[in-house]
Formats: sequence, C-alpha cells, structure tokens
Amino acid sequence: MNVTQILFWFLSVLALFGALMVVTSKNPVHSVLWLIATFFSISGHYILLNAQFLAIVNIIVYAGAIMVLFLFVIMLMNLNKTTEPKKNRWLKLAGGVAGGCLLLVFIAALKSSEITQQTAEVKTGDIGLIKNLGRELFSTYVVPFEISSILFLSAMVGAVVIGKKE
Amino acid sequence: MTEPGLYQILFISAALFFIGVYGFLTRRNLITMLMSVELILNSVNLNFIAFNKYLWPGRMDGLFFAVFIVAIAAAEAAVAIAIIINLYRSHKSIDVKNAEELKY
Repeated sequence: MNVTQILFWFLSVLALFGALMVVTSKNPVHSVLWLIATFFSISGHYILLNAQFLAIVNIIVYAGAIMVLFLFVIMLMNLNKTTEPKKNRWLKLAGGVAGGCLLLVFIAALKSSEITQQTAEVKTGDIGLIKNLGRELFSTYVVPFEISSILFLSAMVGAVVIGKKE
Repeated sequence: MTEPGLYQILFISAALFFIGVYGFLTRRNLITMLMSVELILNSVNLNFIAFNKYLWPGRMDGLFFAVFIVAIAAAEAAVAIAIIINLYRSHKSIDVKNAEELKY
C-alpha cells in the first residue's frame, strides 16, 4: 500500500464522514464547517485525479466564497440548534428509503457496467494545469465561457433586486 | 485493499450523491437543503473528472464541464441566498413549511 492509496482511502473516508455529518448535525454552523471539510477532501481527490487547477478553484470558490456566504447568512439569521425545525420520523424514513433505492440502482449499474479497470498514465500529469486549460478554454470553449459571464451578470442583478429592501 | 480506480471513485461519488439526496429530502431548513444541493453538484463534478482521467486521459472536456458546474453553482447559491434572506425578512423563519405562500 503506497502513499497514493493511503491518501485515496483517507480522503474518501473523510469525504463520506463529512457529508454524513453535514446531513445529520443539528446545528447549521456545524453543517457548514463539515461541508468545508468535505470540499477540502474532494479537492484532494481532484489533485489525485490530475486536475490541479480545478482543485484550487474548488477550494477558492466553494470553501472560500460560497461557504463564507452561507456562514454569514446563518449567523445573520441567528440560527442554532433551538431554531432547527423538528424532523418527522416518517419523513426521515422516507428520505432514507428513497435515497437508498437510488444508491442501490447506482451501485447495481456500476456492478454490471463494463468499464475496464484502467490506470491513468503517469506521464500526462500536466493536463489539468492552467496553461493547457486556458488555451483550450479560450479556443474551443469560448462560447460557453462568454455565456457563463452573461449568466453571472444576470445572477448578480437578480440577487441585488431580490435582496434589496422595499 | 485494491488499487483505487474508476470503480472506487464512482462508488464514492454515488454515496455522496445519496447523502445529498437524503439531506435534501429530510432537512426542512432552506439553507441546509441548499448545502445538500451543493453536495450533489460536487459528486457530479467528481464523476466528470474521474471519467475524464480514466477514460479519455488526453482530453479536457470533463474538466470544463466541472468548471462550468462550479460557476453555475456559485450563481445559484447567490440567487438562492437572496431569496432566503427575503423570505426570512417577511416570515422570520426559513422553514420550508413557511415558504408555501410562494405558490400563490
């Protein structure tokens, strides 16, 4: 068992445990902190999968921007364990059954799929670096890039219009 | 312990997706529901990158899908939080039960 495998399993366990804690913890602030841990471990997975730029973007955008926004809103609304709405036991059961069926279907589809267990090439580790990504982004993917800028503009305007005081 | 490969990472992302769906169905707090959606989006990202690495190692399409998903998730979170703040201002609560008036 070499370092990569140890890292892989450690990050996997951390991601799954963090996700479980996000869903089950009563206090929303704890949920956000566990979600940040999950995002960091997913970023570690990205680095193991040769997507270094995306790992850094994931940390900056998710853990840095979105989660801070969440945390800020939760603290603004003064949410804590006491304001958390009571959960129905039947609702929990139904959620578990529905999500479990989905998981079962996924795992069954995975089992019967014919993906050969390929190992990635070691020498091509620079595919996820910013030089290659930038060249491709501004040649092949320039139209989606511009469309996403329009999306951001409209989202910004929408957020300001919705959020402003009457 | 087997060598970590495509199967293992697909299993992890499926489990993350399941946890996200479970949280989305059971939590009644709008912000934690939004966090579950972020979990689901991240599991999809993990899938895209894993497929990109293991099946088409020379291409970058999966990476770009993941980049655009991250961008869309950021925009979605901003708009959703604006809506939540507006709801909180009028109802003093972000329970989804109180958001039923949005229907009318």
